Amino acid sequence: MRQIWDIHGGVHPPENKHQSLRKPLATIPLAPELVLPLNQHIGNPAVPAVQIGEKVLKGQLIADAQGIFSACIHAPTSGEIIAIEDRPIAHPSGLSAPCIVLRPDGEDRWTELQPCEDPASLDHVTLVEKIRAAGLAGMGGAGFPTAVKLNPRSTDRVETLILNGTECEPYITADDVLMRVYADEIIQGALLLARIVGTPKEILVGIEDNKPEAIAAMQKAAQGTPVEVVVFPTKYPSGGEKQLIQILTGKEVPSGKIPAQIGVLVQNVGTAYAAWRAVRYGEPLIERITTVVGDALGVQRNIHVPIGTPVAHVLEQHGFAAGRCARIIIGGPMMGYSIEDPQVPVVKTTNCIMAPSHAEMPPAPPAQACIRCGMCAEACPASLLPQQLYWYAQAEDHQRLQNHNLFDCIECGACSFVCPSAIPLVQYYRAAKTTIRRIDAEKQKADRARERFEQRKERIAKAEAEKEAKRLARKKAAEEVKSRLEEPKPVVVTVDPVASAQEKAQIAPEDADSQNKKLVRQLESAQIRVQHLQQQIAECDDATRRDALTAQLRQAELKLEETRKKLDDLERGVSLPLEQRLQNVAQKVQASPLDAQRNAVATIEKRLAVAIEKMEEAEREGKPTLAAFTQGVEKLRAKLAEAQAELAELEKQPQLLADADPQHDAAAAAIARAQAKAAATATMSSEEKHAEQLRSLRDRVEKARAKLAEAEASGSEHVAALRTGLEKLEAKLADLEQQGK
Amino acid sequence: MIDLLLTYPIISALVALGGLSVFFGAVLGFAAVKFKVEGDPLVERIDELLPQTQCGQCGYPGCRPYAEAIANGDAINKCPPGGQATVNNLADLLGVSAPTLDAEDGADTDVKKVAFIREDECIGCTKCLQACPVDAIVGAAKQMHTVIADECTGCDLCVEPCPVDCIDMLPVATTIKDWGWQMPKPAKGPHIIATDKTVPQDHAA
Repeated sequence: MRQIWDIHGGVHPPENKHQSLRKPLATIPLAPELVLPLNQHIGNPAVPAVQIGEKVLKGQLIADAQGIFSACIHAPTSGEIIAIEDRPIAHPSGLSAPCIVLRPDGEDRWTELQPCEDPASLDHVTLVEKIRAAGLAGMGGAGFPTAVKLNPRSTDRVETLILNGTECEPYITADDVLMRVYADEIIQGALLLARIVGTPKEILVGIEDNKPEAIAAMQKAAQGTPVEVVVFPTKYPSGGEKQLIQILTGKEVPSGKIPAQIGVLVQNVGTAYAAWRAVRYGEPLIERITTVVGDALGVQRNIHVPIGTPVAHVLEQHGFAAGRCARIIIGGPMMGYSIEDPQVPVVKTTNCIMAPSHAEMPPAPPAQACIRCGMCAEACPASLLPQQLYWYAQAEDHQRLQNHNLFDCIECGACSFVCPSAIPLVQYYRAAKTTIRRIDAEKQKADRARERFEQRKERIAKAEAEKEAKRLARKKAAEEVKSRLEEPKPVVVTVDPVASAQEKAQIAPEDADSQNKKLVRQLESAQIRVQHLQQQIAECDDATRRDALTAQLRQAELKLEETRKKLDDLERGVSLPLEQRLQNVAQKVQASPLDAQRNAVATIEKRLAVAIEKMEEAEREGKPTLAAFTQGVEKLRAKLAEAQAELAELEKQPQLLADADPQHDAAAAAIARAQAKAAATATMSSEEKHAEQLRSLRDRVEKARAKLAEAEASGSEHVAALRTGLEKLEAKLADLEQQGK
Repeated sequence: MIDLLLTYPIISALVALGGLSVFFGAVLGFAAVKFKVEGDPLVERIDELLPQTQCGQCGYPGCRPYAEAIANGDAINKCPPGGQATVNNLADLLGVSAPTLDAEDGADTDVKKVAFIREDECIGCTKCLQACPVDAIVGAAKQMHTVIADECTGCDLCVEPCPVDCIDMLPVATTIKDWGWQMPKPAKGPHIIATDKTVPQDHAA
């Protein structure tokens, strides 16, 4: 006989197990509709793998696990998927969650399964994969994905495998019946699980001594196998994972750790059975054994129930008298929860459906003051101080609650059960746990928000600094230019314009060339933009949007005009031969001061006109730049007046004019010539311009081809880049030619 | 030199004291440089307690500036998103009695909210993007914007700049995942005695 240990505390509530054991294990007719929640386990919800309207077969995968920490869901029978939507699920909150709704076709046709005659021949990875694919999740109540549990960290070696057949909670007999009926398969499942976790030293099945029939059946089945059936005295809550480990091995799982870290793995007997079915017959987890019990029912028994069957349907099949029923409870009387909506479905973890009468489960009496009797501390199986926790929970002293190991509370309800003041202690702990978790989550979120805020501040500061640096650089450059301009020309005549023009002209060719190219590019892009916008306007039928587009178009046209003008200017400048330009300048210098002054007056007048126009526009649109424009206009007016005065003075000296006359004539002729030429360039028609562009583009294509050929010949690494460049140019050329037509 | 010190003990005492003061001064000066505390640790701790919504309802541009202001003696009850809980925590930290939350600075609402952009109406002006203190809105000029609900602190700052008023502050719906048990309501009236237990039996009948 094996040594067994005792746990601290525990209570002995009325067992009430006989009601559901009088009748044999049965099946019920299929419900008209099965509702399969996507999250029946701890972890990520599964992802639907079927469409609405799809026909599925029994055992077919309908929702796939999402990540490691999840479990698959299979069709419990053949039928049609009629909805994937939020439905109320079995949860204390009464909230809805995404579910797949299946309408059975009544044929109950299986999909093709993959049985395995000899599971012993499979390796660890295959076995775990099979269990994962069957969608197994702990069937004791928590619903922890089994495949995850069977893959402990490499540092944790499992020495003891425990099958939990304790079933300590009153009323529930699902595991009891399972062990009576399917003892052989459970033992096979135990051996299978043992193989998966690497042949532990001991394989134990823990059963409380209030189930003699199950014990006998299991002992018979375990004969000749390494599985040992251990019987221990009945006490609530021996079936808690940590409590069972302590009873069977004497080891305590340290606070905040999991059993695997002390070399123990606990699985429910139902999970072992399901694992065996999954590996041996390839059957996924699509049904379970559930206790249906309570005085409000005509028949109380255990049934095989397909996952997804609405609780209302189950109750209906058992002579449910709604009037007598106090409330419907999922789970047992100690740890279960009431549900409001009987349409919620049975899930993988539903081990009991209770419909007690009012007499059986009267409403809780009103809570009275805590009298500090200390009975709760004696009953607590986790050796906590429920009284202290109660005070701190009321005071919302979260720090102290955590210091008193609130999170080691297994919410078994033993303290509430013994409390002479009928204080719902567990509710306080649950609420406090919720609050602490929420505060932690908020704290994490706040930390993340702080981080993001600081990063944003940094980013903005960086952008500002860059802008500032650019501004400073611009300012410096402007100052430099200003100082350079101011220094060398106190009076116009002192500079040698001829020399400076010569200099400019010498620099100009290469400069002008690149500038020309740039301008051509700009012109092209502006043209394209204008076309594009026009097209958009034509297509657009929304008035506000069209207004916006029109404004954009106007801008684009202005830009186009500007670019064109610039280009013309440049071309004129470049096209003049050097000597001519020199001559031009010389003429300008030699031209009479009177003419020069006249010219100046004309220029200023022109500028003034433009400025006034701009000012008026600004005034019309109420732009903030109005003041600046007004100032500019005033300045120009002053300048104009000055220039006109000078002109008048000059005109008073005709002899000067006469002196300059002969030279002046030649200069005038030259100026006229130049002007004619400029006019010619300016009035160059768009077709000619187009032809010009075409020519230049063709030249470029030629050049690019030559370059590419050269690169190919020499096997240069830039071939690809050159080729794409060439392709682009060719496309452009084709585009332009099209336009020409 | 030694003769001098021996003949005039007062000078030797002065020299000794002077030497000591120079030595300790040097040690202290070195320590002040070597173990200098970067930033104000109190500000850090206050900042920890603030909810980091960066909403500016306290009148400062973010939680940290407010933390600095508190460290410099500003009132601790100007944080509506944190609610009374934050005021209490701050009072604990600073060792002062907790004032009530300043009603002028907004009502203390328990309902958490996040911004939601009605995407059909968004014109892509990027104004809310610039207003968001935690970069929780994604989008680009003339592209639809949307809020990353997980990162939104519910600070409200994006609502005002929106020219087409397409941002709503929606309360966060409870899901199965973040649902939690409620604290049991305390019994009505303090005078329940043992015989009161029989009262609910009427319902059972």
